[in-house]
Amino acid sequence: MKYIDYYSILGITKGASQSDIKKAYRKLARKYHPDVNPNDSEAERKFKQINEANEVLGNVENRKKYDEYGKDWQHADEIAKARKAQQQHQRSYQSQHSDGFREQDFSDFFESMFGGRSSADFSGKQQVKFRGQDYNAELILKLNEVYTTHKRTLTVNGRNIRITIPAGIENGQTIKIKGHGGPGRSGGPKGDLFITFSIENNSGFKRDGDNLYKTIDLDLYTAVLGGEIMVDTFDGKVKLKVKPETQNGTRVKLKSKGFPVYKREGHFGDLFITYRVKTPTNLTSKEKELFRELASLKATK
Amino acid sequence: MERYQYIEVKEFCMGHGVTTRFMRELHEFGLIEIFQKNNVQYFSNEELAKAEKIIRLYSDLDINLEGIEVIHDLLERIEHMQGEIIALRNKLRVYE
Repeated sequence: MKYIDYYSILGITKGASQSDIKKAYRKLARKYHPDVNPNDSEAERKFKQINEANEVLGNVENRKKYDEYGKDWQHADEIAKARKAQQQHQRSYQSQHSDGFREQDFSDFFESMFGGRSSADFSGKQQVKFRGQDYNAELILKLNEVYTTHKRTLTVNGRNIRITIPAGIENGQTIKIKGHGGPGRSGGPKGDLFITFSIENNSGFKRDGDNLYKTIDLDLYTAVLGGEIMVDTFDGKVKLKVKPETQNGTRVKLKSKGFPVYKREGHFGDLFITYRVKTPTNLTSKEKELFRELASLKATK
Repeated sequence: MERYQYIEVKEFCMGHGVTTRFMRELHEFGLIEIFQKNNVQYFSNEELAKAEKIIRLYSDLDINLEGIEVIHDLLERIEHMQGEIIALRNKLRVYE
């Protein structure tokens, strides 16, 4: 168990007045309140610390006790032990009564000194809660896994839930699973589960929304004379006609060969192929001769 | 889940220690829509999370309703921008 310096958490000195403490607390609470810092676990952690510091320093009695306790911190463990029985009793009390966002799991340090939060006479803010807490989860998938709609079983907070992952989900997109968050209070509804998708692109394609992009090598002769080549799309190979005299960097569109459009079954984006014309290397003397001939033909034209 | 499609204002207020007048004010500020049926006031379950957030901001941070409205608008804007950032980031990868 670590000693916690509540003064430094609030950024004040030991000699601070109660009104200084209040001011410091309010300022920090406004800054780190989870409602104004959505999806920021660091802010949430800070907010909890600030609240804990305020419960201690904002209350004259608690502050006095803390200041004294700080002095012989060496004996902390003994005091902690002595508190243990009492604490366990309070824990079971707490678990029935606290859930959701307002629950402030105070540190062991705090509990060893003041017992569970319910024992101390705190500022008396209502702890009522109706709807359950929202849960956030991250799911990491490969790009090819979101090419098709599929079902998947996830374990969230020890519970298995089966969800449908729609094809074409975007990297960084969040979906809401209603009613799979924390339990509600006094018959209230459950919170929701928010799943954020992190999609790793392990394919040779670049993705921009529903469209896919790929650069492929094209040999000089096919580029000049035209022909047919086989190209990889996301779901297999297709034959592609190359026009004669195709320039390097030409981009062709393969309609509906891109990525599935999110929640629009059967709709696909496009696949864009960019040609990179490869100039032949390691030419034989015969080939060089023929190129020279071509060059002189061009020059005399 | 359907059971909670609408929430009775009175019941909500009792659970959260706020007055029905406070909820009326939220309605007047256009933050939470309250409607009446058979003389009983309700609001949508969809707005529950928002209502609770407003109460937290109100009681934890002593922010008045004008302030809450501003915060609410700004948070919406941030959310929108975050979505845009994600989209732009994904787009940028095409050129990497």
